[in-house]
Amino acid sequence: MSPSVPLQEMIRAIRSARTQCEERGVIQRECAAIRAQFRQTDNGGRSHNLAKLLYVHMLGYPAHFGQMECVRMIASPRYSEKRVGYLGAMMLLDEKQDASLLITNSIKNDLSHSNQYVQSLALCTLACMGSAEMCRDLAPEIDRLLRSSNSYIKKKAALCAVHIVRKVHELGELFVPSARSLLSEKNHGVLHGAVVLITELCERSPETLERFRKAVPDLVQIMKGLVISGYSPDHDVAGVSDPFLQVRILRLLRILGRNNEAASDAMNDLLAQVATNTDSTKTVGNAVLYETVLSVLDIKSESGLRVLAVNILGRFLLNNDRNIRYIAMTSLQKIVSTDHNAVQRHRGTIVDCLKDQDASVKRRALELSLALVSASNIRSMMKELLIFLSSCPPELRAHAASGIFNAAERYAPSKRWHIDTILHVLTTAGGDVRDETVPNLIQLITNTSELHCYTVHKLYRALLTDISQQPLVQVACWCIGEYGDLLLKGECQETEAVQVTEDDVLDALEIVLQSHMSTPTTRGFALTATMKLSTRITDNVDRIRSIVSIYGSCIDVELQQRAVEYNALFKKYDHMRAAVLERMPVIQKNSLGQTNGELSEEPIKESQPGKVKQEEMALPQQPAGQVCDLLDLLGGSQEPLQPSSSVGGSASAQLTAAPASAGGDLLDLLGGFEPTPLVPAPTVTVYEKNGVTLTLICERQSESGLTVTLTASNSTDSDISSFTLQAAVPKSVQLQMRAPSRDSLPAHGGAKLTQLVVLNNPNKVNLKMRIRVSYTCQGSVVQDTVQVDSFPGL
Amino acid sequence: MIKAILIFNNHGKPRLIRFYQYFSEDMQQQIIRETFHLVSKRDDNVCNFLEGGSLIGGSDYKLIYRHYATLYFVFCVDSSESELGILDLIQVFVETLDKCFENVCELDLIFHMDKVHYILQEVVMGGMVLETNMNEIVAQVEVQNRMEKSEGGLSAAPARAVSAVKNMNLPEIPRNINIGDINIKVPSLSPF
Repeated sequence: MSPSVPLQEMIRAIRSARTQCEERGVIQRECAAIRAQFRQTDNGGRSHNLAKLLYVHMLGYPAHFGQMECVRMIASPRYSEKRVGYLGAMMLLDEKQDASLLITNSIKNDLSHSNQYVQSLALCTLACMGSAEMCRDLAPEIDRLLRSSNSYIKKKAALCAVHIVRKVHELGELFVPSARSLLSEKNHGVLHGAVVLITELCERSPETLERFRKAVPDLVQIMKGLVISGYSPDHDVAGVSDPFLQVRILRLLRILGRNNEAASDAMNDLLAQVATNTDSTKTVGNAVLYETVLSVLDIKSESGLRVLAVNILGRFLLNNDRNIRYIAMTSLQKIVSTDHNAVQRHRGTIVDCLKDQDASVKRRALELSLALVSASNIRSMMKELLIFLSSCPPELRAHAASGIFNAAERYAPSKRWHIDTILHVLTTAGGDVRDETVPNLIQLITNTSELHCYTVHKLYRALLTDISQQPLVQVACWCIGEYGDLLLKGECQETEAVQVTEDDVLDALEIVLQSHMSTPTTRGFALTATMKLSTRITDNVDRIRSIVSIYGSCIDVELQQRAVEYNALFKKYDHMRAAVLERMPVIQKNSLGQTNGELSEEPIKESQPGKVKQEEMALPQQPAGQVCDLLDLLGGSQEPLQPSSSVGGSASAQLTAAPASAGGDLLDLLGGFEPTPLVPAPTVTVYEKNGVTLTLICERQSESGLTVTLTASNSTDSDISSFTLQAAVPKSVQLQMRAPSRDSLPAHGGAKLTQLVVLNNPNKVNLKMRIRVSYTCQGSVVQDTVQVDSFPGL
Repeated sequence: MIKAILIFNNHGKPRLIRFYQYFSEDMQQQIIRETFHLVSKRDDNVCNFLEGGSLIGGSDYKLIYRHYATLYFVFCVDSSESELGILDLIQVFVETLDKCFENVCELDLIFHMDKVHYILQEVVMGGMVLETNMNEIVAQVEVQNRMEKSEGGLSAAPARAVSAVKNMNLPEIPRNINIGDINIKVPSLSPF
């Protein structure tokens, strides 16, 4: 019986099964038969049993009981059984299975077998699934085989050596001399394997790279032979002589020539020759050209060659074949940072590729377009990108949206354009934008005070048309809440105004509140906006009261809490409502300032999280700040009105706890003033205790603006960590604290800490500042407070 | 490095799977299903490169595929391989199959899965391209097949036996054997 017939019978049986269930039945019967036959020791048809098992494995059924059989077959003297055994080993075993250790000895014996095909089986298996221990054991064998005279074995040994080097990096040293000598081979298969081995060795270790740089002339010689030689039927693929070897050598030359003048010089001529002589009408020629272009752009080539390379890429871009266009864009992506101007020339073609039907080409075109956006072409590029966004495949939407936001932020020609662009993105792809877009947009809007009217009108109109895009709805609610009075005024310079009555606005917000499409966050936004409107409109305050009180029994805890608090604001603290719901101040980027100058415990290093925390704290902190200031007016009654909820982050939770305590302390301390006599000098030492010194420099910036620089130093023997400063000023003065330069003070005055405080005193009240110092020294937390009553230079 | 080679038909049934990195059996079947899903969505006139498969790992990996009649040949490679080179390699592999099986069709791949594996072993080894010269590959495969057959004796299935004898290079049989005076005529054997 030929080995394959039983296999074919089984395959026929499986294929004739009409349902999945029948197929499973057939396979289970076959597997049971195979298992029974495995248990018998001597069996003539062992190889076809294993072949059947491998077929079943391919279909996805468990085949692990064949592992030991593989080991037994590999040890058999018959070639047919060895062959199937090794195939089974490669399919079923891997280094994690215990059975793989058992084949090490067989592989070792087979590597020195007299039959070259048995040797090749062993090499193949070692290269596929050799574990690190196996590689270590057998590396000297492989090195010996690299020097054998049989080219069939040599090429397999070369690739096996690559696998060994990947598994055990240190063994690379062992193969360097043999690899070097293999370069003088004539057989293309061996050359190919040698080049792959050398590439791997060079990528792993810089010293080896240095040594192989001396081989550049040899490689150049081989390439020249391939390029110039006439038609050789053995290696010809569509008119190009052994393109696979050419591509490999070009890649190796690239690695050798990188960052090295001498090697790059040696290759310049060759690369120019290949670039001009290769026929680019077929795919093979293009493959070689492509590799050449990449090499030229990566090494230190002369400028004429670089221009040639970019031109070839440009030609690729205009090629009809989509594959070529795809790889042209991939390579342009790699060089867009270094040769930006060269790539800019092809911007038109790239933007056209955005409209291609092929999803892969679109993806590449999007990446490249985003990289090509610059200040000069922002308007036209953005138009194209927005058109793309409306028709792009869903998997690319999020990426496109965030790319557009980044580009808009960096290069926006005007604020209005920026806001328009973001609104456009939110209307088209609102579901796919990232979460921080909402706070970013809100911050942007507050910063452009001249466009408040325009913005709120636009957002109101967007809200009326569609309330399914959550980020848009959130921003719209927030704006209507803040700038509702501008909306109701009905006049606007930038855009044609809509005559809106208070009822219309409240209707819109109510729709958002009740819609099933709104997420809890959105509802929260809408509720707060409704509340804010109570101070900005005159007639329908009762309606607002009723809306708010309905949500006092809402199932969502967040909404319920807000509603209850707002209700309290209506009932007991109606006189404070106006102050609490006043318009927000402009939110600064990169600053952690709130009106009572609190600092978070962790120093915020990046601006992005700082902004996010900023936004999330802005809503609850404003009332908290106001409340604390109001506290001293009312002389000390503890207010339960601490909005402890926040829009998002938990960071605000720990911070809202802090203002409560700060408020309490301020109460006591502001009660009794002890004016400390301060020396009126430009630099004032305001605090000196336990080796920690705090000095203050005051400078007037404008009519009412003032900057105070606080400098802290540590003259003790131990380091101080978590050093924070907090400041409080009288109510009418506005205070912003910028981020401190560091948060630890090394011993013996190793470094100083500075922090800038910006004050705005429009009412010109008597300026006093209370500073609280807190730090950790030798494991214990120290807190102290000092009051500064007179500022030099005021 | 080539991470996996998958051949499946237009309905997603695997015809050959070869992974050069360890994946559990479930993962393997999941990868096949996901790859089929991605590849079958593609039109015939779009480019042959696909990104975006998440299972087979990482942003560095691309799927390079070719569609021949009823079969998809998919190679999953990382960035160290030249994409156009792999496209050509798929072509070389298919042409080699054609030479070995004489006008290869899907049924050949189904019923001779092990043979296809042995041919593939001559082209790609351990995830790296080994040999690209078609004649060389075919020659080596032939020698190995002959070795295997010689071990099993001439007890092949009837069809195989016929083709084996047909391909055998029969040396010239002398029609006249002259041993001195005796003239023995050997009857001419008709090929069977």
